[in-house]
Amino acid sequence: MASKKMALIATKGTLDMAYPPFILASTAASLGWDVQIFFTFYGLQLLRKSLDGVQISPLANPAMPMPVPIPVMVQMLPGMEAMATMMMKKKMKSKGVASLQELRDVCLELEVKFVACQMTVDLFEFETSEFIKDVEYGGAATFMKFAGESDVCLFI
Amino acid sequence: MDFNKEFDASGLACPMPIVKTKKALADMASGQILRVVATDPGSVCDMAAFAEQTGNALLEQSSENSKFVFYLKKA
Repeated sequence: MASKKMALIATKGTLDMAYPPFILASTAASLGWDVQIFFTFYGLQLLRKSLDGVQISPLANPAMPMPVPIPVMVQMLPGMEAMATMMMKKKMKSKGVASLQELRDVCLELEVKFVACQMTVDLFEFETSEFIKDVEYGGAATFMKFAGESDVCLFI
Repeated sequence: MDFNKEFDASGLACPMPIVKTKKALADMASGQILRVVATDPGSVCDMAAFAEQTGNALLEQSSENSKFVFYLKKA
């Protein structure tokens, strides 16, 4: 029985959108699947050495549950983003949700392959020294090969 | 039920119970039994899916107090 393949395309870099690729990848890898994640655009932020900078903004995020409704005029004030990020991280910890760092480490341990989009690395002028070392650099065509063979292909 | 190894995933949320189960089973010999305790309600379906997908049999599953207890046999 050949194991399944899953291809993920991670395009977002906010705290809420960082979790789905790492959780899906680590779960599939735990089930013995062959998993690759293609990081592009803001998904590249998830390849930084430290994930402490991954934030979530309360601004223009009407679907985000809040303990108290906050008017838009207040959401945009300095410090609100840091506060929303801190509150979400605290909530996650209290509910036993693993940190982003831990989930990423688990993915690498379970041999999930990380591919970074060379084009967007060049576009945003990121230095590869800022990223973790277990990353391959390639273009969309590189990823298409694996994506084409995958049983599950998701765009996040 | 007798078991060879156990670990407690209490307080851990998805996907950690499954990830840790996989890691624990990796070091075990075929036929050995692993006991896992979890509090995550999602782990009930997850363990069954894990067993089915990986071929490691889920021998028994129960709840004690507010915890879920699973016995898995390494394939």
